[in-house]
Amino acid sequence: MNLSEEMERLRGLLKRRQHERRRHDTWLTYQIARNKDRPRTREYIDFLINDFEELRGDRLRSDDRAIVGGLGWFDGRAVVVVGHQKGRTLDEQTEHSFGMAKPEGYRKAQRLFAMAERHRLTVLTFVDTPGAYPGVAAEEGGQARAIAETMLAMARLSVPVVATLIGEGGSGGALALAVADRVLMQENATYSVISPEGCAAILWRDAEFAPQAAEALRPTASQLLPLGIVDRVVEEPRGGAHQNPEGAARRVHDAIAEELAELDKLMPRERRMLRRERFRKLGVFGGEGLLP
Amino acid sequence: MAVTVEIARRGTGPDPRRWVCRKCGADADPAEVRRNLSVCPACGFHQRIGARERIAQLADEDSFFERWTHLRTLDPLDFVDLEPYPERLREAQAASGQTEAIVGGTATIDSVPCALAVMDFSFMGGSMGSVVGEKLWRAAEAAVDSGLPLVTVASSGGARMQEGALSLMQMAKTTCAVDLLNDARVPFIAVMADPCTGGVVASFVSLADICIAEPGALLYFSGPRVIQQTTREELPPDFGTAEKNLALGHLDAVVPRAELKGKLASYLRLLKGGGQPDGLDRRGAARPGRGRTRRLARAATARVAAAFKDSGSEPVGGDGASPGTPETPAT
Repeated sequence: MNLSEEMERLRGLLKRRQHERRRHDTWLTYQIARNKDRPRTREYIDFLINDFEELRGDRLRSDDRAIVGGLGWFDGRAVVVVGHQKGRTLDEQTEHSFGMAKPEGYRKAQRLFAMAERHRLTVLTFVDTPGAYPGVAAEEGGQARAIAETMLAMARLSVPVVATLIGEGGSGGALALAVADRVLMQENATYSVISPEGCAAILWRDAEFAPQAAEALRPTASQLLPLGIVDRVVEEPRGGAHQNPEGAARRVHDAIAEELAELDKLMPRERRMLRRERFRKLGVFGGEGLLP
Repeated sequence: MAVTVEIARRGTGPDPRRWVCRKCGADADPAEVRRNLSVCPACGFHQRIGARERIAQLADEDSFFERWTHLRTLDPLDFVDLEPYPERLREAQAASGQTEAIVGGTATIDSVPCALAVMDFSFMGGSMGSVVGEKLWRAAEAAVDSGLPLVTVASSGGARMQEGALSLMQMAKTTCAVDLLNDARVPFIAVMADPCTGGVVASFVSLADICIAEPGALLYFSGPRVIQQTTREELPPDFGTAEKNLALGHLDAVVPRAELKGKLASYLRLLKGGGQPDGLDRRGAARPGRGRTRRLARAATARVAAAFKDSGSEPVGGDGASPGTPETPAT
């Protein structure tokens, strides 16, 4: 028997097994992130925020129920909370467009951010969306600009901003609420440039390859942490947040409280500059040091 | 990307060397089409053009100095779909002759100096990954540092899937770059060429002081297929066109390619208004491209060029072929 050939064969086998394992794990994470019993933004608000006062409407033309926002108390400080709301029953999901926000939703977020800045209130966001709403009216209402302007509005805040990914972090529609000083991500949440189904439809030409696409996109918290895309992974109770929503909320609370304690030490201007620097550094490329 | 290939294949006429319009089917002499800025002489269809051709059309002769060519694309996710990402990159590099989907540097447009970043749809659909985001950031930074306005020409399918969430983050990064420009009161003009979609239109492009598009360009965040699959909506025939976007209030103007250079120069001069002196005084600015203005602009360009030369980057000619030296100011 040729030993080196055998070693080679086993190495290949191991690599394939690791692949299969990772594909399985990533796809499982997606199932948990999308589980209909998983706590949503409203549940986290109920657990974490006292005296929540919902504030509705974009002050232009409409109120998008896919984004919920308002004022409340977090650990004794007044905060502005903004998050995607998916809904659980079919009626709720329809009401909230499955958490897919339209331009009016993003404009509601913008006006709440402006209010937070004016009154020096901390901003907490919760991200849980398959993506921005894809529809003719949304496009014609300026979906692209609404997302871009929401990101810019977050980038310009001088108050502390903490974003928490609690479920699906789908594309630009998710990122619009996550240009924060600290981006926290629950253990079983996902964050990706495109849905696995969408990616598979384009690159594999078949949405059936979604598990393969999911694996390739590296959308899990533990994969995004070393890239600097998220700052902290928040553990969930065994089996996922839906098994023990209160326990999940407690861990989210503690993580946010710790990050806010750090952010409070900074000057308003510093927070803004550091936030810009945080996003400026994101990206992986080579060639640095070859030429100016 | 496939444009030239498609044309060759669609050339049903006896002479395959003739250029055939993708829209109206008229055929023409390729040299004539090129002279016509790759716009169909018969119907005015704006054919997609690469970054080099665009720069040659917009930048004054020999005024473009390419920068940040040393940035290299990596494969941080070890991404494999039907083929590995590095393989797709090599194919794109071979097909387009570019290292990435964007070319950036400094130039003068009708004698107005600016930072210029042009995307190339023929390189992986003009998709935005880490290198594209970084070059846009550096273009913005260079604009701020040297007090030049920024002009971008975008033609992109959106964020690059092969770099996963890192590509998504480039939307936030380029948005922060616009924040940098706004803080420094540096003018920023975005041109959208066909197609301009997804994460690129939902980030820096839409945040420019002035957003213009070429006729017939398709501009949207979610594409027709995604919309139909998700909502089963009936799409209007003019969905996403530049003209429709103009009517809806999302664009400042739809500008034919032949007028693009002049329009950009005019916007740049106007936005410069009462700003910092850069060799163009306000009297000169009102009479673009004449005597004293032009001399001063040349002097300014030479100064900028010399500054970049000192920092060690390579001057590259506007057509990407011949390295040019900056013109010395006439006295």
